[in-house]
Amino acid sequence: MTPAAAPDAPLLEAVGLSRLFGPVEVLSDVSVAFRRGEVHAIIGENGAGKSTLMRILSGHLAPSRGAIRLDGAPLALRGPVDAERRGIVLVHQEIMLAPDLSIAENMFLGRELRRGAAVDDRTMNARAEEAMRVFGVDVSVTVPVQRLSIARRQLAQIARALGAPHRIAIFDEPTASLTPVETGALLKLIRELKATGIAVVYISHRLEEVKAIADVVTILRDGKHVATSPAAELQPVDMARLMVGRDLLALYPPRAPAPTGEPAFVVSGFNAPGFAESASFSVRPGEILGFSGLIGAGRTELFEALFGLRKGGGEIRLNEAAQRWPDARSAMNAGAVYLTEDRKGKGLLLEETVATNLTLAALERFQRGPLIDRAKEGRALDEAIRRFDIRIGDKGILAGQMSGGNQQKLLIAKMLLLDPKLVVIDEPTRGVDIGAKQQIYRFIVALAAEGRSVIVISSEMTELIGVCHRIIVMRNGQIVGEVAGDAMTEHAIVVLATGVDVSAGEAHK
Amino acid sequence: MTQATHETAIPTRSRFEIGAVAPFMALALLCVLGVLVNPRFLGLENITNVLARSTFIATIAVGQTLVIVGGGLDLSVGAMAALVSGLVILFLNSGLIADPTLLILAAMALSLVAGALCGLFNGLTSTLGKIEPFIVTLGSMGIFRSLLTWLAQGGSITIKSSDVRAAYSQVYFGDLFGVPYPVLVILGVAILGAFILYSTAYGRHVRAVGSNEDVARYSGISVARVRTITYVLQGLCVAIAVIVYVPRLSSASSTTGLGWELTAITAVVVGGTRLKGGVGRMWGTIAGALILEVIGNIMLLSNLVSEYLIGAVQGAIIIIAMLAQRGLARGR
Repeated sequence: MTPAAAPDAPLLEAVGLSRLFGPVEVLSDVSVAFRRGEVHAIIGENGAGKSTLMRILSGHLAPSRGAIRLDGAPLALRGPVDAERRGIVLVHQEIMLAPDLSIAENMFLGRELRRGAAVDDRTMNARAEEAMRVFGVDVSVTVPVQRLSIARRQLAQIARALGAPHRIAIFDEPTASLTPVETGALLKLIRELKATGIAVVYISHRLEEVKAIADVVTILRDGKHVATSPAAELQPVDMARLMVGRDLLALYPPRAPAPTGEPAFVVSGFNAPGFAESASFSVRPGEILGFSGLIGAGRTELFEALFGLRKGGGEIRLNEAAQRWPDARSAMNAGAVYLTEDRKGKGLLLEETVATNLTLAALERFQRGPLIDRAKEGRALDEAIRRFDIRIGDKGILAGQMSGGNQQKLLIAKMLLLDPKLVVIDEPTRGVDIGAKQQIYRFIVALAAEGRSVIVISSEMTELIGVCHRIIVMRNGQIVGEVAGDAMTEHAIVVLATGVDVSAGEAHK
Repeated sequence: MTQATHETAIPTRSRFEIGAVAPFMALALLCVLGVLVNPRFLGLENITNVLARSTFIATIAVGQTLVIVGGGLDLSVGAMAALVSGLVILFLNSGLIADPTLLILAAMALSLVAGALCGLFNGLTSTLGKIEPFIVTLGSMGIFRSLLTWLAQGGSITIKSSDVRAAYSQVYFGDLFGVPYPVLVILGVAILGAFILYSTAYGRHVRAVGSNEDVARYSGISVARVRTITYVLQGLCVAIAVIVYVPRLSSASSTTGLGWELTAITAVVVGGTRLKGGVGRMWGTIAGALILEVIGNIMLLSNLVSEYLIGAVQGAIIIIAMLAQRGLARGR
């Protein structure tokens, strides 16, 4: 803590960092400087080298070439623990908490407070509660983490990282699973960190958010440094152009007019105990229906219950016929598929090949007697790669080695092999780069154009507004309203989702 | 070639391939060692003996591979083998069928049915009851062995008729064109097991269920059904082992099949199958079973180490095999 350097001298500096994985250079000659009291956003498509850069800066990975400087002095990090000791903390994108331990236990894992020989649970719980309250989340910190929603786990993880003394905080896509309200709380927290002189490094796909929080933006593409400039001088459109290296066409494709026919899928009075109550809604063939709401509103749980993936009951009709779906297979047989929000945990077998994943749900279509028809499977793979533009160099690649965008495309291809009449997509673009996002929106619109009923569940209001004909909003397990056409605005949705007129509330402050 | 940019440490294919070859390399090395220790090792008689003796473990381990790949575990196989052996011998002694050949064939069928039912019990209890397979099969292990002890009244059950004994002994001691039946059994069961695991939709479902139960469920696969069937297949494998085992000693007692479960699991793991499921190596399992048998055989043929230490050497081999696989994985 020697403030010998000039106040605007970089606190942490990457100087000509390169990293090779085998013969592949995933980061080449990148130099960036991070200053005290500054939020520095790093943006780029998946594979641009953001995460590699962050892992080098936080000691998880050694650079192949180049150096890191802290306070102007060269620094050789021996590992993440060493980095943390020097005040560099990384908030991981992936949830890295012990699922059977509570929020408080996780938050203090490895640095437990003690009273005598025993751990001081009371103090730790109190501090954990305090840390969670910063996010405006009222949650029991003694409940095992595995019982919490992904959003709450993410917040707990942020709280854990920031619990260590730090001078540099690196956030790797912290808002990927958060709702606007939680995101707002996090951004406020980051501004507070910044005000105390901490250097914040912020990685995100959400360019609006970057625009709102960052002071400086650095753009990476294909492992190379493209530009660093004050955030004030860049609009999200410019950022996207620099990231992709070409002008993006409109992010959302033109939408067909809202269909007017009879509903194909009708749900009435459906309950998912503990998550959703008496939900009633319907969707027409060719229609794209959005489901919005805060995390914990019960959207995902409602659909998981509808598809027999968790407990629930109520009336379901698909094309006039009453349905009973005790498991996903019966829904599939009826022509309905659900694409999970948790791609890595529930959607794909990460250690299996692309082809194995592709045909897993529709395997009986690839059987010849008891055998799997590998030739047919290969043709289906070629077709899926072509139709959904799944970009893999080598067909033997494992699903876990693919980028988020390609994984999502694979999941869509997998479920469409069943040729469903109803497609429910939960968080279609979470952790997906902007180029793939644009394509996924086109697939969604195309599915509806083929006459399928499509339901999109998303925490990103802009994307629902961009692709849906109609949006249903849930709050605390209830459907509280619906917006359609020109009435679909972020403001209208937030008012329904929170039950509070946010703009009125802000005005009082 | 952009996969290198991805941060999650997903093993690459090349690792699996090395993992697949390693047990065979180890087996080959052991064979070289065997020849160096005692030239008789490679003699036809000795090789046949080793193969025949490994039949029980190899056959059971094939089923165990399926169970483990599906994310389960079966500790009851040794006790199950004892119980089914006892039932088969009691049936042979019942004299319900006069013709020895027909009697033996019926006993074999009975063995398969009994094994399948034992497996079904394990499978249904763990899947429908939602109980850890470790606990379920620990329980059934006690039940099966205790039932046999009760049937044998604490002693042993032996085939009474010398005609039946003579006729049945062909199954273990006989051969087809010089290839002993037990060796044919290993081959047949392994080929069938490999076929199920690698080539059928069911086998792929087993891998999916063991690799990630949620993904399987969300893909419309009935996890309970797939798992239960792995236990039934395991039961059938035990039954086949029993069919070959009974003529060898013509008797069953409370010590029959003692410790087979651990030896079979060892063979599976040494063969490169992942204990927590999802990745299976059927031929590796066979190599694993042979490795364990060959080690014992080398120790018998040499005077380097006391044969009472066979267990210690086998235990050390498991640990060394695991360390080697870990090392190979890291090297890539």
